[in-house]
Amino acid sequence: MENYLVAIVTFAGIYALLAMGLNVSWGMTGLVNLGMAGFFALGAYASAILTVRTGAWIPLGFGLAAIVAALAGAALMGITRKLRGDYLAIITLGFSEFVRLVAANEIWLTRGSDGISGIPGPWRGELSPAQFNVLFCVIVLVLVAVAYVVCERLRDSPYGRVLRAVREDDTVAAVAGKAVDRYKLQAFAIGAGIMGVAGAAYGHYTSYIAPDIFRPLITIYIFLALTAGGVGNNRGAVVGAFLVMAILEGTRFLWDVVPGLAAVQKAALREIVIGVLLIVVMRLRPEGLLPEPVPKVLDKETTR
Amino acid sequence: MLAEVAQLLVNGIVTGTLLAVPAIGFTAIFAVLRFPNFAIASHCTIGAFAGYVANVTFGVPAAPALAFAFLVAGLFGLLTDEFVLKPMRPYGALTTAIAAIALTVVLENVVRFAFGNDLRGYDLPIFRDWRFWGIRLGPQQVENMALAVSVMAALFLFLKFSRTGKTMRAVADNPTLAAIKGIDADLVGRIVAFVGMGLAGVGGMLLGLDTSIDPLTGFRVVLSVFAAAVVGGLGSIPGAVVGALVVGVAEELSLLVVEPTYRSAVGFLAILIVLTLRPRGLLGEKAY
Repeated sequence: MENYLVAIVTFAGIYALLAMGLNVSWGMTGLVNLGMAGFFALGAYASAILTVRTGAWIPLGFGLAAIVAALAGAALMGITRKLRGDYLAIITLGFSEFVRLVAANEIWLTRGSDGISGIPGPWRGELSPAQFNVLFCVIVLVLVAVAYVVCERLRDSPYGRVLRAVREDDTVAAVAGKAVDRYKLQAFAIGAGIMGVAGAAYGHYTSYIAPDIFRPLITIYIFLALTAGGVGNNRGAVVGAFLVMAILEGTRFLWDVVPGLAAVQKAALREIVIGVLLIVVMRLRPEGLLPEPVPKVLDKETTR
Repeated sequence: MLAEVAQLLVNGIVTGTLLAVPAIGFTAIFAVLRFPNFAIASHCTIGAFAGYVANVTFGVPAAPALAFAFLVAGLFGLLTDEFVLKPMRPYGALTTAIAAIALTVVLENVVRFAFGNDLRGYDLPIFRDWRFWGIRLGPQQVENMALAVSVMAALFLFLKFSRTGKTMRAVADNPTLAAIKGIDADLVGRIVAFVGMGLAGVGGMLLGLDTSIDPLTGFRVVLSVFAAAVVGGLGSIPGAVVGALVVGVAEELSLLVVEPTYRSAVGFLAILIVLTLRPRGLLGEKAY
């Protein structure tokens, strides 16, 4: 039972990283990313391939994951920078499918649909599985904390103000002399990079990755996490991720009470619940549980 | 080699023609409601399964089963737009697009809940393929193509000559001016949601007629549908047709150089190339 809880917290932490990555692009800058599964997969594969093939030090794998995912993000953003956000939505959605296709077909690199197994984890050999579980949980929580501090600094800084200006009205930001295209590119790449790190963490934790793990459904989970938690709020992203994980795991047991449901139907119900929740939250409480904090400077002027 | 290329070209034109139907639906919704309605994937699936129920359970032939697919998918499109997507539209196109993805997950799983994950085939008479100059062509393919072309012809006539069609084009072209002229944008929105998603349903069934269907049917074609719409110019209906033919032919020709499993990557590459070189698409963004 403890093991199960520790594992849930670890996965929730990975979701929290994804949600913070999404918050940088979508929450702070208004750039939609529907290809989270793709960046997540890219990070997982980059780190797994490097560490399994060359036996490289695991933190190097994390670094590579961040870089590869960030570059891919920058490339997609670069292509659509002059276009309406609809195009970014379409291209990112296509991107996640493309990554999955490549992962399934480039057998020489990714071992195809068999997946990569035996991905090293820190001290996995020396520790008992339960100890490893706890250790990795701590590592993920530290990563979440680091990402949180970095994202908070980003949000509070003048840089974050520019990102919000771009989100609210990129013409105004451009008139104010900000290089809007560059900010968009950087924000999107930073977000994608954080998602890549989440992917690397996933691979090193479970020791096995395959194309089918990176289903586009994860995009819905993370959007629900961020929207429920509070778009534009890093704390909201973390809280939302844990909430979504609780819902996912909770519903796993819920359907066992209902007799006569096939496994397929239970799985379908779970996804229906997640989808409906996202729609309901967007509809009834679009600002989320923890709304985006009003910037401090403005706070004094606008209150009363 | 030449015969092989010719065969792939023929297959590509057939696929492209079928693909054009949902691509028109997607682009028409974009033209009028100004957001990419990703729920098109689940509506393709719903249409495919509605047609399956009519065809297999009730023994209706393919053509009237397609009409049923249109009605059911259209009805789903109308209702979900009214109660799910329309209230999102004030929050912006991208928020609506995200809600549409959630919607597509929900609907896909409703189909999965009802029908399970098994592959299902339509009940169709089997014919021997025709052969000429070394090219094979199935009568079923020709029939599917004829059905797709008639659906598109009907749509063009509707848009060109009917009063409703004209109001739809007017709203797509200039919503403010259309409102000044007293056109009810809400009504036009409902019609386009119904017709657009109905077309998606027809497309899903047409594409499934040749092979088999399952809850992921729509999801598998949707990348090609987006590609067709973007290549032709998002929001342009003739563009969607041209784009679908280009994507269909490119997908088939790609078999000359890559594994068949990479076929669906062609759509993504087509999007990348067009957005880099000619972002407004081959025919540019124009509503009709």
